[in-house]
Amino acid sequence: MEQSITLAGFTSQLLVGLSRAMILFIVSSGLSFILGVLRVPNVAHGSLYMIGAFVAHSVATAVGGVSGFWLALVLAPLAVAVISLIAERTLFCHLYEREHLMLLLFTFALMLILGDLTKITWGADYRSLTAPPFLQGSVSVLGTAFPRYNLFLLAVGPVVAVGLWLLTSRTMFGKIARAAAVDREMVGAIGINVSWVFALAFVLGCLLAGLGGALVSPTVSITLGMDHTIIIETFLIVTIGGLGNIWGALAGSLIFGITQSIGVLILPQFAIVFPYLAVVVILTLKPTGLLKSVW
Amino acid sequence: MIADIVRSRAFVQHVVLLPVLLLVPAVAGRFYVYILAVIFVTGLLAMSLNLLAGHGGAYQFHHAAFYGVGAYTAALILTRTSLPAWVAFGAGPIAAAATGFVVGAICVRLNKLYFGMLQISLGSLIWILVLRWYSLTNGDDGIHGIPMPEFLSSATGVYYFVLGVVAVCLALMYLILKSPFGATLRAIRDNPQRCEAVGINVRRHQLIGIVVATFFAGVAGVLFVVLEGSVFPDMLFWVLSLEIFIMCLLGGWFTFYGPMLGAAIMVALRTFVGSYTDYWTLVLGIVLILLIFFLPEGIMGIHLRELVRQRGRRASMKAAE
Repeated sequence: MEQSITLAGFTSQLLVGLSRAMILFIVSSGLSFILGVLRVPNVAHGSLYMIGAFVAHSVATAVGGVSGFWLALVLAPLAVAVISLIAERTLFCHLYEREHLMLLLFTFALMLILGDLTKITWGADYRSLTAPPFLQGSVSVLGTAFPRYNLFLLAVGPVVAVGLWLLTSRTMFGKIARAAAVDREMVGAIGINVSWVFALAFVLGCLLAGLGGALVSPTVSITLGMDHTIIIETFLIVTIGGLGNIWGALAGSLIFGITQSIGVLILPQFAIVFPYLAVVVILTLKPTGLLKSVW
Repeated sequence: MIADIVRSRAFVQHVVLLPVLLLVPAVAGRFYVYILAVIFVTGLLAMSLNLLAGHGGAYQFHHAAFYGVGAYTAALILTRTSLPAWVAFGAGPIAAAATGFVVGAICVRLNKLYFGMLQISLGSLIWILVLRWYSLTNGDDGIHGIPMPEFLSSATGVYYFVLGVVAVCLALMYLILKSPFGATLRAIRDNPQRCEAVGINVRRHQLIGIVVATFFAGVAGVLFVVLEGSVFPDMLFWVLSLEIFIMCLLGGWFTFYGPMLGAAIMVALRTFVGSYTDYWTLVLGIVLILLIFFLPEGIMGIHLRELVRQRGRRASMKAAE
């Protein structure tokens, strides 16, 4: 316990926290996007993340090598998008007129079903995936060894953030989606098919969950329980960030990732408690989240 | 008020029902007696949630946290101290209600979904503490073999204890819902703005509602300890909170006994479906989807709708006269 905190140790933990935050951001930005447009907390988000990880593992091991890794990064989000599109078009879209609680419970039902379907498809074994050769090993950053794959994550996170920002603020679809969130009847009145706007928004959000799962797969053991932990974490992140705000999701993810990694240096056993404490402190001071909610 | 209740049909039904339930251990096998007790405990938990969710209209999304606090408090006192059992049994609900007060005081400042999200975060904080505070709670493993007083050593003794406590709790809940306070809670559910306008302190009523409901959740937690002799962190997990929500929905939100019926169906499904297949949550998910699409008011809700229609007809006939 009496180990002094060196600068090198601090830097390395900080970088670990940042790369963890990137995964959290990619998943929670999808959750936040769905919240912003559909106003539904998608409880099944964690399951889609898990499915993304399993698909990425299957694709990467089946194809192998560097091309397998890239193919996994493309196919896993697509597979998740197809699953969510089917669920949305067959069942979910019929519920938009109903109470929000029903929508939430529907996504919970989806989580239960997807969890067991994952168990049926991939079994209950632990799986692990190794990163492609060019992302293996570590590089020296400020005197500490830092895994290359984490640097890769640090590069991907901002790309997704900027891409999502451009999509929501600069494209027609983004503008329609935001308008539909504010007043769906008005958007429908000018001749736009709101149901399909919601469908695309839902699928896009779920796709991000799948991408997060695919990206995280080389760094963790892929198991059935991984949906439960991520869904709580991302829920908290979007809450402290401000519901529906993409930049809020980024801020929340950074807080969550960094408090946990710095917590490891202070109290290793309770490291996981630190982000939750940060959440409680933030919400007590600012109950509606750090940044402005889109609602 | 008491006289009204004694004369009511529901009271007569209960007077008939109670001896039947008292006789169950004499005729049914040990396993069924145990399952029935599980249903009572789960049903009490679901009904305590329904005080807020169905009658209060609050998005109480992490009710299981308080159930767990009650159970862990009782379990820790029973295993770590030499205090008499009744202290542990009393401390569980009080600790749950105290936690409910703190969490509720923070949450009632917000409404609807934000209330729910905030509660999920605070409840998860409690969950993660229980999971990680290994020296106190044994973490993942939970606490097993909790010592029980003499009269709770037999399965029948446990059954009667659970039945008695649940019956008293239900009577109390019924009185609370019948009282002006209960009426105010329902009024807040239906139209918070109007309640505010006529001078009702909405937040204070919601907070009192949360304290009452979490107290009963704590009672259910203590009963779980009595029944199983163990506690584990999954009792505070968020998924359980959503499962209790489904029980309320399944049985019927806006009825008194709905959540108990929902709990009975869920426990029976889990016990019997779970013995045939490993994929019990798949079945649960499908049941939930069917419910959302075809029975949003729950099983007893249909009956209620019919009742309201009859009463409405009767009232309009009276008005016509």
